[in-house]
Amino acid sequence: MNKPVRRIAIFCGLLVLALMIRGNWLQFVKADELKNDKNNMRVNIARYSQPRGNIIVDGQEITGSKEVNGINYKYKRTYKNGEMWAPVTGYSSQVYKPTLLEGVEDKILTGDDDRLFFNRTIDMITGKGKKGGDVITTLNAKAQEAAFKGLGSKKGAVAAIDPRTGKILALASTPSYDPSRIAGANDGDAWTKLNDDKNKPMLNRALRETYPPGSTFKVVTAAAALENGLYKDVDEKTNSPKGWTLPDTRNLPLPNETPMPCDNVSMRAALQWSCNSVFGKISADLGNQKMIEQANKFGYNNDDLQIPVGVSKSVYPKDNRPQNAMAGIGQASNRATPLQMAMVAAAVANNGKLMEPYMVDKLRAPNLNVIETHQPKELSRPLSPEHAQTLQSAMETVVEEGTGTEAKIDGVKVGGKTGTAQHGVDNSGNPYAWFISYAKKGDGSPVAVAVVIEGSNTMRDDIAGGKLAAPIAKGVMEAVLNSSK
Amino acid sequence: MPNTNTTTVSTAGQPSRRNTELLLLAFAVILPCFAYANVGLALDGEMPSGMLGYGMGLGLLAGVGHLVVRKFAPYADPLLLPLATVLNGLGLVIIWRLDQSKRLQASKTFAPAATNQLLFSALGIALFVAVVIFLKDHRVLQRYTYISMAVALALLVSPLFFPAKYGARIWITLPGLGSLQPGEFAKIVLAVFFAGYLMVKRDALALASRRFMGMYLPRGRDLGPILAVWAFSILILVFETDLGTSLLFFGMFIVMLYVATERTSWIVFGLLMSAAGAVGVASFETHVQQRVQAWLDPLGEFLMSKKGIAGHSEQSMQALWAFGSGGVSGTGWGQGNSDLIGFAANSDFILATVGEELGLAGLMAIVLIYGLIVERGVRTSLAARDPFGKLLAIGLAGAFAIQVFVVAGGVTGLIPLTGMTMPFMAQGGSSVIANWALIAILLKISDAARRPAPTPVSNPDAEMTQVVRP
Repeated sequence: MNKPVRRIAIFCGLLVLALMIRGNWLQFVKADELKNDKNNMRVNIARYSQPRGNIIVDGQEITGSKEVNGINYKYKRTYKNGEMWAPVTGYSSQVYKPTLLEGVEDKILTGDDDRLFFNRTIDMITGKGKKGGDVITTLNAKAQEAAFKGLGSKKGAVAAIDPRTGKILALASTPSYDPSRIAGANDGDAWTKLNDDKNKPMLNRALRETYPPGSTFKVVTAAAALENGLYKDVDEKTNSPKGWTLPDTRNLPLPNETPMPCDNVSMRAALQWSCNSVFGKISADLGNQKMIEQANKFGYNNDDLQIPVGVSKSVYPKDNRPQNAMAGIGQASNRATPLQMAMVAAAVANNGKLMEPYMVDKLRAPNLNVIETHQPKELSRPLSPEHAQTLQSAMETVVEEGTGTEAKIDGVKVGGKTGTAQHGVDNSGNPYAWFISYAKKGDGSPVAVAVVIEGSNTMRDDIAGGKLAAPIAKGVMEAVLNSSK
Repeated sequence: MPNTNTTTVSTAGQPSRRNTELLLLAFAVILPCFAYANVGLALDGEMPSGMLGYGMGLGLLAGVGHLVVRKFAPYADPLLLPLATVLNGLGLVIIWRLDQSKRLQASKTFAPAATNQLLFSALGIALFVAVVIFLKDHRVLQRYTYISMAVALALLVSPLFFPAKYGARIWITLPGLGSLQPGEFAKIVLAVFFAGYLMVKRDALALASRRFMGMYLPRGRDLGPILAVWAFSILILVFETDLGTSLLFFGMFIVMLYVATERTSWIVFGLLMSAAGAVGVASFETHVQQRVQAWLDPLGEFLMSKKGIAGHSEQSMQALWAFGSGGVSGTGWGQGNSDLIGFAANSDFILATVGEELGLAGLMAIVLIYGLIVERGVRTSLAARDPFGKLLAIGLAGAFAIQVFVVAGGVTGLIPLTGMTMPFMAQGGSSVIANWALIAILLKISDAARRPAPTPVSNPDAEMTQVVRP
């Protein structure tokens, strides 16, 4: 009976061999794939098994990590003044995918970035736990606070840039939410509530919502007129008679909101009193193509603006003649994010040079070594310096003796433009109040701001932008001016 | 005159190797102790408080086992006891480690299992000792061929009278004592019956057959017992939804039949019948279909269960992730997350913890230890001098091999999951106790096989022969 026993032995050997081959297949060949599977909870468990790196503003951490020793996760993300910083930080949740800076710089914050390899190796050898790196932002805490407090209970957004470098100084969006509330493993209720809220507190209005820009777009139209040689400077009388009608329409006039004289006035006066007929006609005279070109130079129609967080595309579309004329006053199908309009103000303030906006200044390893520094980069030149300066003087007139007097700051040159954007079917919705501005000192402009407030039901005329949005812009500009002294 | 012995059986015998066994046993006790310390350091940063008691307990059990073997089975195989001890010890450490899991503690059904398992291990070794002492000669079992059959039947049918657990009807619940898996004991009793029955019938089965297309076809009446066992396996599968046990019994029977008759045709019949049975049952039994589905598409099954759709199990996928996350070198004792598998982590899926925390290296070592136990069993069968011992040994070794393959293959996703326990390692009283008994029987057979033969009666003819030198 020994022969079959020997065969059975071989059979048993084959069974063992099959198990060993399968083991090698799983744990050697397929190991990485299984290990990094997005459904494998271990990925998240590892992410929260050590404190995350921090996001830093003005040397202060605006995030933190709390040891919670939960069943699955050891640490939980915390936020300081979370509502104010939410449009910058986004959230890092134990359940949901991280967003904004928490999402874009996730690898640095968790310590998984390849550039931290050396650090990780040293930590492993010395027996220290893995640590995440820090993200140092360009934001200005005072400016952010002024923006957030200024918006208060109103629904709206603020974006502020340093025109000289493109550094983003403030990004506020209201109503907001505290990311700490959805950071934990059992915050599903808070998550559902935030997502179902009709006021959309989790929407980042400064970067991810586009609005009709209203009269603030007249700055772009004026720039197009100057750049294309339609008018030499802002003081030249324009050819725009009273009762100008939209092209290709049967006597559909483009009315002016203010009772001020708008027929054939200079662009300075037209900006000062926000004359629709003047800029509507400029846009019509230049034509759709030239308007698109000018808008694009300011950053419109850019699909992948990353700061490094992705920014929604602001559009100035191809359109027919009457629509294009309306777009010249920001009242047609062109739409812009608050950041885009801050870029417009910044480009004018920076003598026509548009710097690429960015909000991450440095990435820092846990041992405080800087592993990446962002260098300011020019994005485009929408205006020649002369044209930019003449447009500046017109925008300054708006603040000194026009619709934007609410933004006046003693001893500082401030240029601005108000806007009130009608929207909804037959303009039935409460208009959006806009204000874009910059402040200027001897050595150039340290700050350009765009403010938008949704649903300002108090006023429907063009003054709304000046009354509601301009004081907020003023607060932000003052905060920046004071901190740069 | 040197060596006048002309018989084939040597009176000198083989060395007993008891000291080898002692040395290996010491290693088999120290290894789990280090593992225990390692888990404690990883989980709490300090040596676990039960360390001393645990080490002494395991050492004591192994020591008693060794002394009994030294006295009552001095020529037994020296490897079997240390191999079983090291598996049992490592299993205890893993179960204790999973007891510390916050994730499992948070579940409603959680109860610490390590203490019970230690108790069952002690009971298992007690049974081991009893078998080694009281089973003077394994051939005695031959007398109980038909009683064994009755007992095996009773054991197998008994779970039908108790409620199903986790989708399988394989437990009997004794009030106050907990639940028992009679299938584990039936494995041994059935091997005894098969060995006894086949030894008597082997000639009839092997010789009375017609040749057909190069194969020996058995006679109809000889097919009877095979058909009976086949039907019985199918019935277990259908009524108790226990895929593993039916596969185990049928496989064991085919192995023993093949060894007894030395006819390859029996294997062909066996495979055909098991294939027919499996396909037939799978066509209507949803439990089996689910297992196959989970095997073919573990991720899909996982996602369905995450959505809360009933009838789906996420465990297969969790186990695969555990293996993958362990990689080649593993996360280290106590530092994995195999408890994500859930309530079966310390029983059916205990091998996933080995894979994750000890890595491929550890998994290979454990598979090899199981392989070695099987190999020692097969070797015992080869060495056994009586056909009953041969059959019993190969039956037990084959059953052990099939069980290890079915469980480990199921957990690693090589074959559909069947829900049997990893011998010695997995939490579960019946399994540990029954497998210690299995080792004891193998030890007794090997003792009989390696014992020096009684000195043959001296051959008077040898004395008479004269060598005439020229």
